[in-house]
Amino acid sequence: MIVRVLGEGQYDVPDDKLEMLNELDRAVESAVETGDTDAFGQALGALLAGVRSAAVPHEAGTLDTSDLILPPADASLEEVRDLLSGDGLIPG
Amino acid sequence: MSLMKRISLIFRSKANTALDKAEDPRQTLDYSYQRQQDLLVKVRRGVADVATSRKRVELQVNQLEQQSTKLQGQAEKAIAVGREDLAREALTRKSGLTQQITDLKTQHAQLQGEEEKLTLAQQRLQAKVEAFRTRKETIKATYTAAEAQTKIGEAMSGIGEEMGDVGLAIQRAEDKTANMQARAGAIDELIASGALDDVSQPGGGDDIARELDAMSSDADVEAQLAKLKASTMPEAIESGEGGDDVLRSEPETTTDEGRQ
Repeated sequence: MIVRVLGEGQYDVPDDKLEMLNELDRAVESAVETGDTDAFGQALGALLAGVRSAAVPHEAGTLDTSDLILPPADASLEEVRDLLSGDGLIPG
Repeated sequence: MSLMKRISLIFRSKANTALDKAEDPRQTLDYSYQRQQDLLVKVRRGVADVATSRKRVELQVNQLEQQSTKLQGQAEKAIAVGREDLAREALTRKSGLTQQITDLKTQHAQLQGEEEKLTLAQQRLQAKVEAFRTRKETIKATYTAAEAQTKIGEAMSGIGEEMGDVGLAIQRAEDKTANMQARAGAIDELIASGALDDVSQPGGGDDIARELDAMSSDADVEAQLAKLKASTMPEAIESGEGGDDVLRSEPETTTDEGRQ
């Protein structure tokens, strides 16, 4: 499975790590929903650390699309909300 | 749906909008390649802009550090001639500068981080654009317009995702840099106004330096007077010797008087 961390590039993540990442992802999602900035920062950090530790960088010279895309490591809660709303952050 | 999935779907839908427009899908390849070249230019310019901001902050840190050293010297000199009030003033200003310097160094580290990120983004995009170019030529040579559709769709999605990522990185770097440039501009103005004391005029356009210079020349005059007196009245030597040791000797007292 290919996972992109925005600002970092693509990673190959073994499929058996998906459940672990989903759990970390849920923590980020709930922090975004409740607007808890501290919890968000910690959860995002844990999720990205989880991806990096489980993955190897995807080969650079390919045109493969990612199965999952994650916010940049230093993203704020507002930026992630913008990303999810689909307007604003991603340049057309 | 998970956060990760939602973001990837949004990215994909953005990447696909460009595909719908062309009549012959193979034309889309050339159009997209042109946009990739434009984005490469843009990211290179982004790297250069951030580097310029970083250098500007470096220069400011150097200027403020020089000024800080100068104020420290002035404080020492003031204490040596028993002017605690001047020493206090110099140290107060120095402590204000120390805060500014710390802030600037934080900014410098951030800019350096942005510069590295953008440089890496540029390298990643470069690799993808090269892969796209090869794929584009293969598709155009091998497939008819009708056949090409799927292959083009794949290539476009892959490059589109990278372009979205790089575009976002450029935008974030620009936002951060713009913020810092406003603050850097304010510091440049402060330096120019002399409020932080302009170090481009060594020896001092500032009031502490003027006062110390004035005292220095006064003391020098006293010392010379004492010498003169000593040559005629040997018993007066003791009274005038202190000042010359403590203060910088400035024999050209007449030019100093002109500045007061």
